Amino acid sequence: MRRKERIDRGIKVRTEGIYAISSWREIVYLVGPRALLIIGLLSLPLVLVLAPYWKRVINIMCVYALLALSFDFLANYVGLVCLGGAFFIGVGGYFTAIFNVYLGLPFYLTIPLAGICGAIFCTVLLLPCLPLRGVYFAIVTLMYPLLATRVVEAFDILGGTNGITGVDSFPNAYLESYAIILLVLFFLFAMRRFVNQDIGLVLRGVKDNDQSVRASGINVTHMKALAVFVAAFVGCLGGAYLAHLYMWAGLSLFALDFSIIPIAAVVIGGGGTLVGAIIGTVILVPLSEFLRFFGTFRIVIYCAALTAFIVFKSEGLMVYAQRKYHQFERWAKV
Amino acid sequence: MKDKAFLAVNGMTKSFGGVYALSDVSFNVEQGETFGIIGPNGSGKTTLINCITGFSKPNKGTVYFKEKDITAWPPHKIAHIGISRTFQIMRPYYSLPAFKNLIIPLWSPRARKLGGWRGGGKHGDRDTFAVDILEEIGFERDSRVPYKLASTLPTGYQKRLELARCISMRPEVIFCDEVFSGLSMSEIAGMMPLIEKLKLEGVTLIMVEHRLRELFRVADRVMALQFGEKIAEGTSTEVIEDERVREAYLGSEEV
Amino acid sequence: MEVVLYGIINSVILSLYALGFTLVYSISRLPNFAHGALYVTCGYLVFVITNNLGLPYPLAVVIGITATSAIGAVIYRFILIRIRGMEISEIIATYAVGLAILEGLRWGGLRGMTFVLPTFYPGSVILFDVSIDIQRLIIVAIGIMTFIGLYLFTHFSRIGLALRGIAQDERAAMMLGIDSDMTAVVSLAIGSGLAGFASILVLPLGNIVVEAGYTVLIFAIAVCIIGGLGSWGGAIIASFIIGFAQILTEKFLSSHFTMLVAVLAIIVTLLLKPSGLFGKQKELEERV
Repeated sequence: MRRKERIDRGIKVRTEGIYAISSWREIVYLVGPRALLIIGLLSLPLVLVLAPYWKRVINIMCVYALLALSFDFLANYVGLVCLGGAFFIGVGGYFTAIFNVYLGLPFYLTIPLAGICGAIFCTVLLLPCLPLRGVYFAIVTLMYPLLATRVVEAFDILGGTNGITGVDSFPNAYLESYAIILLVLFFLFAMRRFVNQDIGLVLRGVKDNDQSVRASGINVTHMKALAVFVAAFVGCLGGAYLAHLYMWAGLSLFALDFSIIPIAAVVIGGGGTLVGAIIGTVILVPLSEFLRFFGTFRIVIYCAALTAFIVFKSEGLMVYAQRKYHQFERWAKV
Repeated sequence: MKDKAFLAVNGMTKSFGGVYALSDVSFNVEQGETFGIIGPNGSGKTTLINCITGFSKPNKGTVYFKEKDITAWPPHKIAHIGISRTFQIMRPYYSLPAFKNLIIPLWSPRARKLGGWRGGGKHGDRDTFAVDILEEIGFERDSRVPYKLASTLPTGYQKRLELARCISMRPEVIFCDEVFSGLSMSEIAGMMPLIEKLKLEGVTLIMVEHRLRELFRVADRVMALQFGEKIAEGTSTEVIEDERVREAYLGSEEV
Repeated sequence: MEVVLYGIINSVILSLYALGFTLVYSISRLPNFAHGALYVTCGYLVFVITNNLGLPYPLAVVIGITATSAIGAVIYRFILIRIRGMEISEIIATYAVGLAILEGLRWGGLRGMTFVLPTFYPGSVILFDVSIDIQRLIIVAIGIMTFIGLYLFTHFSRIGLALRGIAQDERAAMMLGIDSDMTAVVSLAIGSGLAGFASILVLPLGNIVVEAGYTVLIFAIAVCIIGGLGSWGGAIIASFIIGFAQILTEKFLSSHFTMLVAVLAIIVTLLLKPSGLFGKQKELEERV
């Protein structure tokens, strides 16, 4: 009889203590992966300076990354599955368009304002299903983007099917790229910090066993509303950015792609790691540019990959990579 | 019965689709008292706790705590005013280490308002408090046990963790839903001093138990339920000698 | 009178949409987000079989419904069985499968207005001064027969009783020798078959379009939430409430608002009585 056993690498154990800063190897071991991600993302606009089309793809990819972050946070830390990321994008986009076109505010005010107003708007709309189980949240979030398109069409408000045109663009291409890349990096590390704070632990408690959280004198609905607010804020910022990028806010901001790609990215990248969400989008979104030729068949491919990962490799790439990085495996006699 | 009881439950009634799980149960508990609730399986003990602590809505009946009507309040508000409960089916936060489990009650508005931990003064962070509480409740401080994932703990420790969750809120009343069941004799012996200590500190304990011998050792007064009805109330000896209690338990449990 | 008649028809259509979904949820606690996709699939299959293969229509219907049931069973057997009990994965997986089917159909050529199923019996009749297609009357008749049939099936047949047993208490039923996985396969197959059945009945009223998949899913879910997830009687009553509300809004406002009515109804239900009109959820465990 043999079995596989996993043992932490020596360097991992050493870097857990305070002595990590005593040698270069340990510092590189700790900082390396993080630096790789940060420098990699930051250098993308410089590398792609000659390919403006791909620069644009990178910008859109970052919007998806924000959405994936928000999905991962809600699903794996709070236990709420949001099937309608497109709703956050659409709400953020329309808010920024209203502020910019109708009120004439500059973009550096409209984006944060749209984030906050959009988050409040989404939270209020999702409030009725928060005291209930996750299924209800999934159902209601699935409906809202579809409903939003119908409402805009039916009432012919906010520019109707034409959308709101004439949204300001960014003054230069570097600002355009770095604004969103820095936003992604900021939210990645901020959220990691947030979920490891005490309040983040409470949210994880809500996912594990909400009865017990109630018995501990904490209002579960408030906590969920807070989590939805945070997630919607991140998503709406992405939507607001996108509206400025396209110089337009319209019905296609509620498109299905915004709902399904982040989910696929999180599942493929590895749920519950937050970094995995980013890795997943970095893989998926450029891939979808190559698949543009196939039209809606892209979505079929995402869904197939998504289902395959859920069924066969539910841990995702990032968890797998982390394990390989921190541990080695060997066969042991039993 | 006094009018101004510490915790007064009156005419509690709860039915599930026509079947009465509780019918017209009333009792009073005084401050600092240890009150036992016994009864065979399915006699409505857990339903009673659920109704009092807000986890189910009673059809009829009132709960007064310190002369305040708390009937059908949401559970978190009831916990906030100092009525804490354990769950019979323990489900700790499996994905968190044992001591991190206590961060959640320690973060609750009540614990933050009262500040600190009763044994450990007001200074220090929540992690330290959590380990202090776990040590007090019988987790070995210097071992790895408090830092293990809650899902990997043995039953005895999980039960204690459940009780620790209550204690860390510094409650005035604790409802213990079968904290002894499923434990070995030595584990129970390990928990007894803790119960005694809580009693000494003046915490009101309401214990639902199957283990009558252990319950009678700590309880000041006992109430017996059968088929959702109160059949006896009094000191341990009075209840044991009650004809209907004997009947209810005959053959099913040795006393 | 028009409102009453069309209200009844619309309500029966809604409850046909919802029947498959609520059946699967009540028996195996699986929210089948692929429900709408299966609905469209069956209609499309029947269309392809009759038009491209030239088989007679009744045979095509039988093949179509059987194939849809088989798809449902396959979804459970190869995907859901591995992730049963993990709620988040269940939702994502069924949603992904549904999307894959729908968008795959769209890519495969299901676009435009050329996809129409034949009506069972053409023409229309005048009933209480209102002109009604015979197809609609057939829908009502067969729909009501389906409800009765399902009631008899679940209350008197062996499999039906086993399904109800699982629905009430999975563990106890397992101890009595009822295979939980097997009943889940059966429930998914029946649920998918019902989705297909509904599509055969309802689709002749319009075109087969991919968007119908989303609409059907949303209406099915709306009906189930309002009636109480997993309650059949509740689902039927809820579909009458929404059905009439929709016809009324259509008459007095505009047909754009029908979906808005469904969503508003859901939100009002969640605010006032979260377990639905006839939800039999245990408060402690289910209301999370």
